[in-house]
Amino acid sequence: MNPPFSAIFLTTLIGAGQGLFLVLFGTEVFLGPVALLPEARLFLAIGSSVSLVLTAGGLISSFFHLGQPQRAWRGMAMWRTSWLAREGIALPLFMLGVFGYGLVQFFGLGGSVLIGSLTALACVTLFICTGMIYVSIRFIQEWATPLTLVNYLLLGCASGAMLATLLAAWGAPGLVLSYASLAAFLVVAGLVTRSASLLRNARLKARSTLQSAIGIKHPRIVQKAQGFMGGSFNTREFFHRRAPQFLRTIKWAFLLLAFPVPLLFLAWGVTQASVLLLFLAFVVQYVGLVAERWFFFAQANHPQNLYYQTIS
Amino acid sequence: MTQLALVIDLNVCVGCHACVTSCKQWNTSGTAGALTDLNPYGADPNGTFFNRVQTFEVGEFPNTQTVHFPKSCLHCEDPPCVPVCPTGASYKRSEDGIVLVDYDKCIGCKYCSWACPYGAREFDEQRKVMTKCTLCVDRVTDQTLPERERKPACVLACPANARLFGDVHDPDSIVSQAIAERGGYQLMPEWGTRPANHYLPRRKTEIRIHPEDLERVDNPLKIDGKQPDVGHRGHGREDFAT
Repeated sequence: MNPPFSAIFLTTLIGAGQGLFLVLFGTEVFLGPVALLPEARLFLAIGSSVSLVLTAGGLISSFFHLGQPQRAWRGMAMWRTSWLAREGIALPLFMLGVFGYGLVQFFGLGGSVLIGSLTALACVTLFICTGMIYVSIRFIQEWATPLTLVNYLLLGCASGAMLATLLAAWGAPGLVLSYASLAAFLVVAGLVTRSASLLRNARLKARSTLQSAIGIKHPRIVQKAQGFMGGSFNTREFFHRRAPQFLRTIKWAFLLLAFPVPLLFLAWGVTQASVLLLFLAFVVQYVGLVAERWFFFAQANHPQNLYYQTIS
Repeated sequence: MTQLALVIDLNVCVGCHACVTSCKQWNTSGTAGALTDLNPYGADPNGTFFNRVQTFEVGEFPNTQTVHFPKSCLHCEDPPCVPVCPTGASYKRSEDGIVLVDYDKCIGCKYCSWACPYGAREFDEQRKVMTKCTLCVDRVTDQTLPERERKPACVLACPANARLFGDVHDPDSIVSQAIAERGGYQLMPEWGTRPANHYLPRRKTEIRIHPEDLERVDNPLKIDGKQPDVGHRGHGREDFAT
């Protein structure tokens, strides 16, 4: 696939926003009465607004993917069958929930646990919808594995926890250590599951072949012409046209930038109590996750590519 | 239930691209708007097509076959592109099984094209919606056309009669009979999409000529004024047929 940057920024931004919200709400549940202190509530409110800004950024990015963005509202209609429609419903619901949660915390109103629980439900649903958009396309074999869903969940949460650590270093120093430990755990867990999916995909055997694509049972078939010499949607959308070496570079770049490098910055930032280092940790990890998502798309080998191997 | 479909005979397709150009001509003139041509006479011509003819070489030299392979939407009976559509713009008509896009509802998210293993859908860069083969729904259902013209443009254009059109659910239709008699098959059966379009395989055509077949054994009216060759008046090949 040719990686669409709209989808890359959508999934990475909302992933960070969702992860951040889950960490914030988890904090409230975990702390219990301490979370009712005004300074704690203000921190939760500010954190929620950051989460809202990230998810809104993701939503805006998603509009650039659409040919007819003014009709985007129609995209919620087929929620019975389409994971994309379900995502289209879950994302605004989650944003509404985060907005409500932030508002309740900011004004010190009651009912934050109820609103937070419902928003957390929407948040997890959104993770599932986003992941299932890719998992459910059964013939893109690189995506059609539960690992895809797990990766979206863990990498989003890791990114959110990293951001929560940064926010805590700035506004709630008492929480830095627990957030940092959580972020470190999620980064390691994400590295394990992402490596697992890389190993799985390296061993993948394509179910579709040129033989099944044109229905001729002969071991040696070569395409002599794809039917046209200029480009088409089929050659633009499904081929990234990068050298294998470039893909390998991106793979190692994200394996470093999304996992060990931010962990180092995290450890360094926590020991130095440095907001700047924690900021670097989050940014480096975000860049790594963008590279990870780019690779996720580029690695997907669509069976339609079998029909477009030779121009003429 | 009706399921309209094409049956494409790979044995007679000569790869002339007449189906490609007639498809483009018909669909660019339709009520749904023109099929985009971007930079058609420039260095990097580009455009939307619903049908393509590809060419494959099967076998190893000198024993090779050139197979011309027309490819358009297969109008699957279980189309993976339809349930993924978030707006319902992509749908399969219940009355005749044609898979269509409602261009007024499509938001151009391209998810359906990802969900088609055959690459049958093309996003139109000018209209900004997903487009695809309509099986010339505006022709085949047009009651003002004479009966014999109610066929997709590609079928009418094919000079080799390599494209058959009909209802694959009707066992007596020409398409069902062609599939049954000629071993018609579907593309990528491994994904369970059950394409309605079928392809008829290449056939081995052989003719064995014996010397005596080239000489007239009788010449009853003596039209050419020649007498039959007496050398072959004895027992011939057919006399020993089992």
